[in-house]
Amino acid sequence: KAAQFGRKVAVMDYVEPSPQGSSWGLGGTCVNVGCIPKKLMHQAALLGSAIKDAQHYGWNISQPVHHTWSVMAQGVQNYVKSLNWGHRVQLQEKKVKYFNLKGSFSDPHTVRGLTKAGKETVVTADNIVIATGGRPKYPMHVAGALEYGITSDDLFWLKESPGKTLPSFILYVSLECAGFLTGIGLDTTVMMRSVPLRGFDQAQMASLVTEHMESYGTKFLKRCFPTKVEKLKSNRLQVTWKNADLDKEETDSFDTVMWAVGRAPDTKTLNLETVGVKTNSETGKIIVDASEATSVPHIYAVGDITEGRPELTPTAIAAGKLLAQRLFGQSSELMDYDNVPTTVFTPLEYGCVGLSEEAAVQRHGSDNIEVYHAFYKPLEFTVAERDATQCYMKMVCLREREQRILGLHFIGPNAGEVIQGFALGIKCGATYPQMMKTVGIHPTCAEEVTKLHITKRSGRDATVTGC
Amino acid sequence: SVQANKEEDNPQKTMEVNGLTLVPDSYDYDLIVIGGGSGGLAAAKEAAKYEKKVMVLDFVTPTPQGSSWGLGGTCVNVGCIPKKLMHQAALLGQALQDSRKFGWQFTEEVKHNWMTMTESVQNYIGSLNWGYRVALRDTKVTYENAYGEFVGPHTIKATNKKGIEKLYTAERFIIATGERPRYLGIPGDKEYCISSDDLFSLPYCPGKTLVVGASYVALECAGFLAGLGLDVTVMVRSILLRGFDQDMANRIGEYMKEHGVNFIREFVPIKVEQVKEGTPGILKVTAKSTAGDQLIEGEYNTVLLAIGRDPCTRKIGLDKVGVNINEKTGKIPVSDEEQTNVPYIYAVGDILQDKLELTPVAIQAGRLLVRRLYAGATTKCDYVNVPTTVFTPLEYGACGYSEETAVEKFGEENIEVYHSHFWPLEWTVPSRDNNKCYAKIICNIQDNERVIGFHVLGPNAGEVTQGFAAAIKCGLTKEQLDNTVGIHPVCAEV
Repeated sequence: KAAQFGRKVAVMDYVEPSPQGSSWGLGGTCVNVGCIPKKLMHQAALLGSAIKDAQHYGWNISQPVHHTWSVMAQGVQNYVKSLNWGHRVQLQEKKVKYFNLKGSFSDPHTVRGLTKAGKETVVTADNIVIATGGRPKYPMHVAGALEYGITSDDLFWLKESPGKTLPSFILYVSLECAGFLTGIGLDTTVMMRSVPLRGFDQAQMASLVTEHMESYGTKFLKRCFPTKVEKLKSNRLQVTWKNADLDKEETDSFDTVMWAVGRAPDTKTLNLETVGVKTNSETGKIIVDASEATSVPHIYAVGDITEGRPELTPTAIAAGKLLAQRLFGQSSELMDYDNVPTTVFTPLEYGCVGLSEEAAVQRHGSDNIEVYHAFYKPLEFTVAERDATQCYMKMVCLREREQRILGLHFIGPNAGEVIQGFALGIKCGATYPQMMKTVGIHPTCAEEVTKLHITKRSGRDATVTGC
Repeated sequence: SVQANKEEDNPQKTMEVNGLTLVPDSYDYDLIVIGGGSGGLAAAKEAAKYEKKVMVLDFVTPTPQGSSWGLGGTCVNVGCIPKKLMHQAALLGQALQDSRKFGWQFTEEVKHNWMTMTESVQNYIGSLNWGYRVALRDTKVTYENAYGEFVGPHTIKATNKKGIEKLYTAERFIIATGERPRYLGIPGDKEYCISSDDLFSLPYCPGKTLVVGASYVALECAGFLAGLGLDVTVMVRSILLRGFDQDMANRIGEYMKEHGVNFIREFVPIKVEQVKEGTPGILKVTAKSTAGDQLIEGEYNTVLLAIGRDPCTRKIGLDKVGVNINEKTGKIPVSDEEQTNVPYIYAVGDILQDKLELTPVAIQAGRLLVRRLYAGATTKCDYVNVPTTVFTPLEYGACGYSEETAVEKFGEENIEVYHSHFWPLEWTVPSRDNNKCYAKIICNIQDNERVIGFHVLGPNAGEVTQGFAAAIKCGLTKEQLDNTVGIHPVCAEV
């Protein structure tokens, strides 16, 4: 964006290899070890279900069908590499200078870049944007965690199947990975210390997601936390954990242990104290104002590294573009972080926008909100004889006259596609009556949103019946 | 005009309508609904909620080929539902191909079994028929599997399969008889051709098929038949998807052509002859060019006619009660409250003139009508910005104006069209078309760049379009669209 305004721009990108040695090209987390490979592997798992469905629809295919990790991994990695290449070409075309160096601050206008070998390049700039993102955390208190465990940074680059896997803990990363690993036929267990999908609607969405995963074949070790990981002679890993409910220690062996305990910004090596950029002491994230400015003039930050912002690719992109427009394009438009839609790509997807039910209750009081909900069955599940028990949606509205929509939550196939358009509606201040005036498209899952009419308050059965 | 006869002692009203003879003091029913399809059933169930005495008459005249079906109307039996399921079967065939690139291993060629699919689909439909009968029973709506027709004011005659006739009277009527496929009127059409009324329950694989027509019915059927591995040809008289955005229609056609569907453009069949009997047999079709005298011939196992649908309004005695219909089309003109020119007779669904032929519209209209009649509501059915989706192999979702209609209404200089091709992430690894999916929005520059048209061509178009339709209902502008963050990575974020 800055280059489009005719500015002299440089990008400095560097990937510190993971403890297991994984590394990748230009493009950041999303392209290399995030959204893109995640969605592709999720798709591989979905296709596994499609193969099972196909038989019901008349396709003669002998079951069970087997999955080869290396074929999938190669397809995914090739596509990711094409994106790396695409980014480099784009930067070149827009005359942005690209340095493959690890950058850190010398002073507020000077950045020092180092190659792997330690060779130094010094660059000065009028304005500097920090967008170094985050990397997976390791549970350092667990013996053997660093030596023997992998993270999402490594999972997508594995050339061989991870086999029997234990993705640990509770975030969406863990559930998404566990989901597709199960879907491609691997013996997968998720170890959870407390609640799944922290930060998402807990009133029921999070548990519907995990319930589905359980019926799908993923094993869950609930209220457990690992104490140590050891390597066995067979090269497998022995994991020992504490089961809080039973108050005892348990153990089992796995081929792979994957940590998904959260991500942390890589700010230590940036030398932020030297230049005075303030960070949140607890999270390590950079504190910015509504215009993405840090505590130091001419130094800005966008993306996962900023405190209090959603950790999502599209918000980072939008914020970055708007920042460039304000700096170089005479715009004063700030980024709007409200009502950002998102989707968790678990086997049964969960899309949402706006407030969770509990957040709405907290903000407005349960007497002032109305929750419309429904259990529905996607048409495509009927012939395929698939269980639709967790296919569910709810709309959280203000109760007063206008009935503005505060939040929309949808679990089902293609949740992202369903939610996107409604997010637009919410941006326009959509109300419940406007939703009811919208005619449905038939037959789809999304149309059920326009037909929501049973409230939680009424206590009535919320199962959708027939046309 | 209606005159209520006020008699202090007699609480029952008598009505004089259009100068016709007086009718009985009390009616058998508060409401009789003629037609048990999407609109009719929705209206009937709604009326029962207000404790009205309701009857539904539903009857299916078998097709020339002998096909028939149960309660529920077109959508459930020979429309949206089986269409989407067979479309899904075709999509799964494509998914099987993709899955190899994602690491799934299975033997090279996978074949499709028509009977397995059709049986599953029919079983599901049967469960819906059953569900409707139970729902009507539970809500105490009287259902008769009989052909209803007006014989006099407030009176209809119901004739069942055995020919037994009964008379019923009601205070009000809702006509919701829907439509049936049109035939060409050429030699051999009724004897040898099938329509969508027959396709979804065909007890044998249709084989090499000629689809005549360019409606969404024609293209959707041709699409899934090809997706199941059949040799399909579409014969088109002039343009594809008349009434839809033509740029989008052509893209759909191009995609189908590139994916194995043959098109014969600017020809119409003039006769169909049987070469060989069988299930399927072999049919010879002779067609004439619309541009000259050229004749062509072709042999097919099945000929599927999808050239349009005609309302079932000609033989239900409308003349006996004075309900006006459009003589040319058979459609019934109604007010914006779905009332015909006869005050106690209403109509909903596909038979309405100048209204959209869609299930959700019929349901919405039926429900709102009944609420106005019996619950004192005033909300009318909102026919503006109704979204729709065509379930061709590359799905097409739309809401609002087509580009050409927008240009016509607002002037080319007053609209701005934003557009983009996109490559669904799921298509990358299996190397599927990278420049076929497409989206465009049409904005009214003079009205704050309000979004007046939305069009998307790509997977799950229906799911994508629904939310945008809601947003358009809320008065979405380009600026608001720009301010909304996308969900990544999905098609809809484009």
